Amino acid sequence: MKLSRGEKLFDWINIFVLAILTLFFLIPFLSVVSTSLVSGREYALRGLFILYPYRPVLSSYDMLLGQGSIVVNAYMVTVARVVVGTGLGLAFTFPLAYVLSKRRLYGRVPITMFIFFTMLFHGGLIPNFVLVEKVRLLDSFWSMIWPVLINPWWLLIMRNFMLAIPEELEEAAIMDGASPLVVLLRVYLPLSMPVIATIGLWYAVFHWNQWFDAAIYINDPKKLPLQLILRGILEYGTGQYSDYSGLAEMTELTDPPPAESLKAAMIVITTLPILMIYPFIQRYFVRGIMLGSIKG
Amino acid sequence: MQQPLGEQIRVRLEEDAPVFAEKKGFREAWRQIKRDRFLYALAALPLLYFVIFRYLPMVGLIIAFQNYDPFLGIGAMFSLENFVGFKHFTNFFDSIFFWNVVRNTVLISFYKLLFGFPLPIILALLINEVRITVFQRTVQTISYLPHFFSMVVAAGIVRAMLTPQGGLLNQAIVAFGGEAQAFLTDPNLFRSILVTMDIWQQAGWNSIIFLAAMATINPEMYEAAAMDGANRFQRMWYVTLPSISFAIVIILIFRIGGMLDAGFEQILLLYSPSVYSVSDIIDTYVYRAGLIGRQYSFGAAVGLFKSVLALVLMYMANKVAQYLGQEGLW
Repeated sequence: MKLSRGEKLFDWINIFVLAILTLFFLIPFLSVVSTSLVSGREYALRGLFILYPYRPVLSSYDMLLGQGSIVVNAYMVTVARVVVGTGLGLAFTFPLAYVLSKRRLYGRVPITMFIFFTMLFHGGLIPNFVLVEKVRLLDSFWSMIWPVLINPWWLLIMRNFMLAIPEELEEAAIMDGASPLVVLLRVYLPLSMPVIATIGLWYAVFHWNQWFDAAIYINDPKKLPLQLILRGILEYGTGQYSDYSGLAEMTELTDPPPAESLKAAMIVITTLPILMIYPFIQRYFVRGIMLGSIKG
Repeated sequence: MQQPLGEQIRVRLEEDAPVFAEKKGFREAWRQIKRDRFLYALAALPLLYFVIFRYLPMVGLIIAFQNYDPFLGIGAMFSLENFVGFKHFTNFFDSIFFWNVVRNTVLISFYKLLFGFPLPIILALLINEVRITVFQRTVQTISYLPHFFSMVVAAGIVRAMLTPQGGLLNQAIVAFGGEAQAFLTDPNLFRSILVTMDIWQQAGWNSIIFLAAMATINPEMYEAAAMDGANRFQRMWYVTLPSISFAIVIILIFRIGGMLDAGFEQILLLYSPSVYSVSDIIDTYVYRAGLIGRQYSFGAAVGLFKSVLALVLMYMANKVAQYLGQEGLW
């Protein structure tokens, strides 16, 4: 079918509008990346930040990622949080999802409602804080793990997926003399790998990005995750962390980067891992929206 | 990461009759429990998590009716002499903060809905019309990207854009002969910044669900419309849009149900005392007065006020959805 002139015009206008919208989504981040590459000299010369630096330098990154810097330390904390949070999250989510997917289970509906209710109502900020204080998790790494161990939405999505696995598989395995544990690990675990991988990614990104819990539970700068060091630098500059060796050396540089470049570099450092895996993981998140709408 | 489109997730609790329906009674129940003891053992630890970290805080809401003292033991939480009834609630309702935080919560949510709700639909309509697959994919991928930034990063980017020390927006204003502005401390602009940032971060992501709904439209509908002489815009308007109208209505209802969540983390990261008058919402007030100000009981009371209201709103949203023939969330 040959396109009429009106159709072509429609296509061009559509592409033009979408291109503008795309720039709106993209430019803020691109401009932060360029800002992070501006040197002190260039800043002094041009006065303002630009969409692209004339002579990009990495001095901001050198300064932030120097030996023994608080940023490097925070990176380790965040990586530990992602690994432990995702691992334990899956280790607790998978068995419960499996149990709730058993139609024959006595009390399955009340147990599911018990979990579902927590999505509609919660104690809120203060009671949560009091609880974490009472169980002596304040200022502990585990305050970022235990309170957010299982996400009820994701648990129920995983359960929905497992409901679709035919029960005959279990019956056949038991006929062959498999114990319940073997059924779980040898039959259901392999079959559930797609949903486990998807939800594992959700947990990982969640733990990478989560910051507010650490903001209220953790005081010791050495235990803070990356997001909070970023927040500190954004709001108060690097001065407050000058006790930590890596950042102290910045005053000795011949061409120290401007404060705005440091902040921008810190934003890029915090987002880089997400950006690097983003093209590959994106579809798992999109698929998740569809997964959720599959009937229970 | 919260599920912004979690509204889509239906949790069916009773999709099929339980196997034990014919034989009830204690003995039969016990027999089944014993048979599935492995399953109960598996569920025990994860369920313990829900008891401790999800239900105990609900029990802890009891401090909203007390003068809770963090230095006393847990026993004090249950001794009668500390109870003050609804004192903290009435204090909140009578305080000068009450109307301000309620108004800000509702207004900010309302503006986010008014401007942020139509855009994902428009975006989805436009993306759906693109014939070049590579371009379509690229636009989609870029539009989701800000959704994956943490709120700290997103707020940092917004700060970088808006800073009077050479932020991109101020540069543009200066280049066109204007004067640099301190956007984030201007009460007249602050809410607009919140809404714009919300659109920037979520519009692409929120368009996914509409695109999915469009993907299910029967192509014959378009062919028939084209036969009847409908041009592209008319097909978009008379075929695509009506086909997704149901999804639009349902999502809108649940967005209204979640209206009391006006964006706690976002506001906390961007606001400052000079814009409290237009940006202090219930959640930020609980945080400042309750947690930072160490008025635990008062903070718990304000939080409880919000949680109960939010539950009622969500319940009503679900009822409306069910009334419209949707299955609802539960």
